[in-house]
Formats: sequence, C-alpha cells, structure tokens
Amino acid sequence: MKSGLLVSKIRNGTVIDHIPAGRALAVLKILGIKGIEGYRIALVMNAESSKMGRKDILKIEDREIEEKEAELITLIAPEATINIIKDYEVVGKRKQEIPQEVVGLLRCTNPSCITNNDVEAITRFRTLKRRPLQLACEYCETRLTEDEVVRQILG
Amino acid sequence: MKDVISVLDFSKGEILQLFELTDKFLSGGFRPSLEGKIVATAFFEPSTRTALSFTSAALSAGAKVLGFSSDEATSVSKGENLADTIRMLENYADCIVMRHKLDGSAKFAAEVAKKPVINAGDGKREHPTQALIDMYTVRKLFGTLEGLTFGFLGDLRYARTVNSMLRILTLFKPKIVYLISPPQLRARAEILEELNYPVKELTDVKDVVGELDVLYVTRIQRERFLDEDEYEKVKESYRLDYRTVERMRKESAILHPLPRVSEIDRRIDSMPQAKYFLEASYAVPLRSVLLHEVMAGD
Repeated sequence: MKSGLLVSKIRNGTVIDHIPAGRALAVLKILGIKGIEGYRIALVMNAESSKMGRKDILKIEDREIEEKEAELITLIAPEATINIIKDYEVVGKRKQEIPQEVVGLLRCTNPSCITNNDVEAITRFRTLKRRPLQLACEYCETRLTEDEVVRQILG
Repeated sequence: MKDVISVLDFSKGEILQLFELTDKFLSGGFRPSLEGKIVATAFFEPSTRTALSFTSAALSAGAKVLGFSSDEATSVSKGENLADTIRMLENYADCIVMRHKLDGSAKFAAEVAKKPVINAGDGKREHPTQALIDMYTVRKLFGTLEGLTFGFLGDLRYARTVNSMLRILTLFKPKIVYLISPPQLRARAEILEELNYPVKELTDVKDVVGELDVLYVTRIQRERFLDEDEYEKVKESYRLDYRTVERMRKESAILHPLPRVSEIDRRIDSMPQAKYFLEASYAVPLRSVLLHEVMAGD
C-alpha cells in the first residue's frame, strides 16, 4: 500500500481502511460529510491492496465514528477497519459486524410497500445474508441486494 | 390479546387448538362469547365474503360491529394517513379487522394500535385467516394435516392466500407441494426461500393431477398488477377443466379461496372433489372462534 506516499498522517481523528474500491464517497455520505463541515479529509481511491487488489481509504481529522455509523459503513464496506487516531498513533481499531437491522436509512424498492405510502412508516430492514449483502423489508419482505444498497447510499 | 398479521404468528399447537375449539363450536360444545365487545371492520379495499363473514362471526358471538368497506367513505379520501385512521379506530373498538391494498400495512397498523389487529389481507403479502379456514377444511376432509400432497394452481405471484398457505404448511410437513402456474406468475423468491418441504414448480396441472390430495386454485389477482399490459399477457392463461378433474382421485379435494372468475369450469361444482363451498362454510365459525381467542380475557 503506497497511500502513505500520497497523504500524510493525521493527528487526531479516524482512518477508515479497506473500503472496497470506488465506495469511499458512499462512506462519506453515510457519515453525512459533504465537505462544507470544515473537517480536513484525505480520500484515496483505487489504491493497491495485497488483500483486496484495489481499495479506498478515508482519513478524517477531528471526527470520531459512532457505533451506529460504523454499522452502516459495514453495509457497503464489510471488510472496513476503523482506526481511531490520537496524537498520530492508532489507539483503537474497530471491526464492525453488519447490523441485524437497518432502520430509516434505506428505501424499500416496492412501490406498494406501506413505507412508501405513509409518512409515519419508517423503513426497517432485517439482514438475511452478510456476503453478498441481502436485506429484507420488515413490512413487505421485499429483498434489497448489495448493489441496490450501494446505489441508494450513493443516491 | 394478540395481533394476527401472519399465519406464522401462531404456533402449530395454537392452530390445532383453534381447530379443536371450532370443532367444539360446530358440535355445540363451545360458544364464542364477545358480549360487550366492539369489532371494527376496516376494509380499505373491497371485500364481500371476508368482510361479511367477519361481521357475521362477531355478531353471532354477541359483539357489536362498526366499520367501512371502502376508503372512499373515510377520511383517507381526504388525505388522512393510515396511522391516524388506526388511532381513531382503536378509540371506538376492542379489535380492528383490517384489509388494505398496501403490502405490510397490517404489520404497521399493529405497531400503531394498542388494541389487537387482525390482518384480513394486506396487499400481496398475506391473508392468514383464509389460510386457517383452508387448513381447517383440509383437516376435516383428511383427518390430518401432515404428509399430504398439495398442488397450488394459478397466480402464485400475487395471491396472498397462497403465501399464507405455503407458510402455514411449514408447520405440517407436506409430502410435496407442486406450484403450478405460467412462468410469469411463479411464487416470489422471498416466500419460496423459507419453505422447509419439497417443492416443485411446473406449468401444467395435468402432469401431477393424479397424485394430489389437495388442489388449491386461485384467480389471477388483476388488482395487484402494476401494469395492465402484463395482466393482459397472462389473463386466462390457466383453467381447471372437467376432464382434468376426472383424472383426480375421488377422495381428493379442490379448494379455492373465492371469488372465482373463469379459472374453474362450473361443471366441476357438482363433482365429488369440489370442496370450495364447504370451505367457505367454515369461514364464520372459525373467525368467530378466532375473534373470541384474540379478545378473550381482555
């Protein structure tokens, strides 16, 4: 991995490594980061990886990742490792499991699902399979594939 | 007090207990009692037999009934959402029997309501009380629910009664289930994936008709098609005819949740296998017992 040549270390914050190539922007979207918040962010896409072939890396200064956010990141980046950085050192590593339930983030693809027709019905998906990802709507049972999840997160 | 959203809200033991109580009711040994209770029948989507049989079941057990049979007569037509309508209804009744065109609407209503909700059909998802009536009929005819050979003929993609039947059968170890439909109307993957018994998909009922204990026929669910052209392609794509039924064993049974359109030749009505009117006759007693069980002790 030659990303160290591209981007310098951060002092405090979070480094998310082993994101599947091309999905770093989707991870930023999950974190609600648009760029105007003022965080210093380094984004490396399609870096070489002995484990994954190609991968993306995100370095976000002065931003911690909450557990809920980490769970959602695993939906599109199941192999991601989240490193917590303090004073240039990795002080914690987090490897999150895909959550059992995803509430409110994704939209059901079935137009006849109650969640697409009642303002109070919040989407809720149950995880059926982790790799490749497959979710089921708790209301109408429609399946969401990994491709669909990525498509929705990228918007 | 519990909601009835899916057939799998019941255990096998609870289903058998419900059937035994219905037997007792029919033989005069038990009488459902709903004195002082009010049942709301909230039919946002048209229904004849389900709405009326629930009404009759509630009235015959001494409950009072209020409700509607089309969303045109409600504030939904003014833009009210389902959640608000359900909150209003539970102020007026002890139990809500609901039919709605949207998938998952019954589960959502049950989450909103503190009073029990009985799903009388939610979109293309489930129709649990119909499956209970169907299985009660099978038990009456065969004396058992286990080890039988079933064929489901028709619109397996959109028929919610079929979904509920395929699910309830996971509790009763059928020998094999044949799913007979045009390729466009095959059962949906999310239903098939959960089944724990042998299943075979085919297109012509004649290939297996001699093997069947129960042939369950459904009409094409025209109202569920998102595209009228898709409906036109499959309408009248299957029909159970007199000659095919002649090849069925005399003691086998043809069931249909009704209403039927043209998928069953009317000459079949007088054949010994035709049991759909017998099946329909169990709707009121079974629903009466179910209402009693849902509201008992409340």
